[in-house]
Amino acid sequence: MRKIISVIVENEHGVLARVVNMFAARGYNITSLTVAPIPNSEFSRMTIMSEGDPKIFEQIVKQLYKLIPVYKVIESDDFIEKEMAMVKFPLKDVKDNLADIDALARCYNGKISNVNDKSVVVSVVDRPNRIDNFLKAMQAKYKNLEIVRSGVSVIER
Amino acid sequence: MKLTGAQIVIESLIKENVEVVFGYPGGAIMNVYDEIYKQDKFKHILTKHEQGAVHMADGYARATGRVGVAMVTSGPGLTNAVTGIATAYTDSVPMVVISGQVPTFAIGTDAFQEVDAVGVTRPITKHNFLVKDVKDLAYIIKEAFYLAKSGRPGPVHIDIPKDVTVAKTKFEYPEKIELKTYKPTYKGNKRAIKRAVEAIKKAKRPVFYIGGGSVISGAYELIREIVKLTKIPAVETLMARGVLRYDCPYLFGMVGMHGSYAANMAMNDADLIISLGARFDDRVTGKIDEFAKNADIVHIDIDPSQIGKVIPTKYPIVGDVKMVLEDMMPMLLEDIDPSRYDEWREILNRYKELYPLTYKDSNEVIKPQWVIEKAGEMAPEDAIISTDVGQHQMWTAQFYPFTYPRQLLTSGGLGTMGFGFPAALGAKEGRKDRVVINFTGDGSIMMNIQEVLTGYKYKLPVINIILNNNYLGMVRQWQTMFYEDRLSETDLSDVQPDFIKLAESMGGVGFNVKTKDEFEDAFKEALNSNKVAFINVAVDRREDVLPMVPPNSPLKNMLVFKDEK
Repeated sequence: MRKIISVIVENEHGVLARVVNMFAARGYNITSLTVAPIPNSEFSRMTIMSEGDPKIFEQIVKQLYKLIPVYKVIESDDFIEKEMAMVKFPLKDVKDNLADIDALARCYNGKISNVNDKSVVVSVVDRPNRIDNFLKAMQAKYKNLEIVRSGVSVIER
Repeated sequence: MKLTGAQIVIESLIKENVEVVFGYPGGAIMNVYDEIYKQDKFKHILTKHEQGAVHMADGYARATGRVGVAMVTSGPGLTNAVTGIATAYTDSVPMVVISGQVPTFAIGTDAFQEVDAVGVTRPITKHNFLVKDVKDLAYIIKEAFYLAKSGRPGPVHIDIPKDVTVAKTKFEYPEKIELKTYKPTYKGNKRAIKRAVEAIKKAKRPVFYIGGGSVISGAYELIREIVKLTKIPAVETLMARGVLRYDCPYLFGMVGMHGSYAANMAMNDADLIISLGARFDDRVTGKIDEFAKNADIVHIDIDPSQIGKVIPTKYPIVGDVKMVLEDMMPMLLEDIDPSRYDEWREILNRYKELYPLTYKDSNEVIKPQWVIEKAGEMAPEDAIISTDVGQHQMWTAQFYPFTYPRQLLTSGGLGTMGFGFPAALGAKEGRKDRVVINFTGDGSIMMNIQEVLTGYKYKLPVINIILNNNYLGMVRQWQTMFYEDRLSETDLSDVQPDFIKLAESMGGVGFNVKTKDEFEDAFKEALNSNKVAFINVAVDRREDVLPMVPPNSPLKNMLVFKDEK
């Protein structure tokens, strides 16, 4: 089962290592992880996507709370989820399809971000499963793609 | 007035009413040691090895209930301390470990005696700190002591770079500490408590499953009272020995792999298990799928992550065992009829009669269990008992007549050989009024044997009773039982030290014992010697720890008798 938890932590030395070590030491998976400071506060927000059964998640949440700098662990079925993906195409492969690519990217809140003499970069922002679909569509049609995913970020509704 | 970081360390320890620091100096921590030299408010005990220092701080903490303090230098000083820290962590022992570190500007350069100390101790401490600025130092020390002893206690490590010990700042020790991110729950939820009480009253075969948390929270008087008034049967984990007196009629002994048959059957047959600060360790439950199949669980624990971790829990209560029981007691005692459990206790008493905890004594050879029982008879009732790890540890847990909590100091969670002797020295330092006895084996005693000198120097006469079977006995027992007696690297008969000479060379006293009379004489002499004593007792080489739940078997499948081959 896939689940996303949002962890508010104190912004201090080694806090990311504590969280990541806990997952590694207890054999829990991290599918994706994003971290950034929360503006105008002493906290950071980590968004962790993980796989496991509900019993594992119960332990993950409890073990996170056990870490001293963890302020809050937010579990919700009602997150707004967003992830960014960037795809780089070799220019020679797509130079005749730029309109198509741009149109498709727009369906996924994106656009062509950069074009130079070698490559075209497209960026999109959407729910992780929609990003999956977009990438599948691109991979089906084009070759030699370079893909970067940001990992998911969430906020409670 | 401005103080240096080193002076702040000393002043902070004084503010925390620290009586004694166990430690070992070195390059990175020298400035702090220079300030230790200049003060006379607390004592410093110089050990022979950093591991010894941390185990001593641990033994001191377990015996007194105070925070143990250990101090080591950077690099190897810290890595030598690791086993001691991990031992304290698994048994929830409050401790502050202070280590030196290379100067902040040298961190990350692979400097001499540099190791990523906070990286090393992160998974084996409740929390740790790298002090980067002297301005944070006093607050961090305050926070470290607070974290170590509050909630579920544990070791906290403070790593202080050398330049921070030189830098100066104004010293202000915080009076109180409040952490936004750490608020342990002491009071149990009223509704959860009420539901649990109702379940206890409805149960036909309830059992109190008493764990180390009962010792830590200081709940033993309450538990004794509740057990006496409700007559609900009780079992103890290794960490809880002494919460009930050994002669309490409602105590059915220790539970788990080497627990009593009656205690394990109590868990097996119960319809309600009331866990008081225990954590359903694998050495207690046996095979999980078969554990207490008909029982609902009431789980009281201050650490929420323990609840439901191993066994699904119907009645979870997060809180301090003592405070929860205080709330529970009036409700529980209100029209409870202790005769309700007569039949249940009768069943357990039958189990006890059927397979009592016993051994076959002999006149030809000393049985290790006899030694423990005899020492229990001869020692004062309030003697502090430590153990190392192995067969002797289990025999001690089974056969020593424990009368109060904090009497038994043993590495229960981590199972650290070499723990017993330094822990005994630390306990003696904290409780000078008590006789301190370490039951050990001929394997374990050699790990940290160097601390005889520490006992000599600081006049800490502890008695080591070596149950010497010339084997690494517990491993030997498993090899016999599960590896067709292939004794791979467990026979120690070819090289044994002369324990008399060994003790004497470091200011102790030694006895070799081959008969029961010799043991009694040696024990009396050791008690009167006021020295670190070794009583090297030649015991039956092939005695097994029984009964035994084979690994990954259900509790009811205990091996009770020795298979005569």
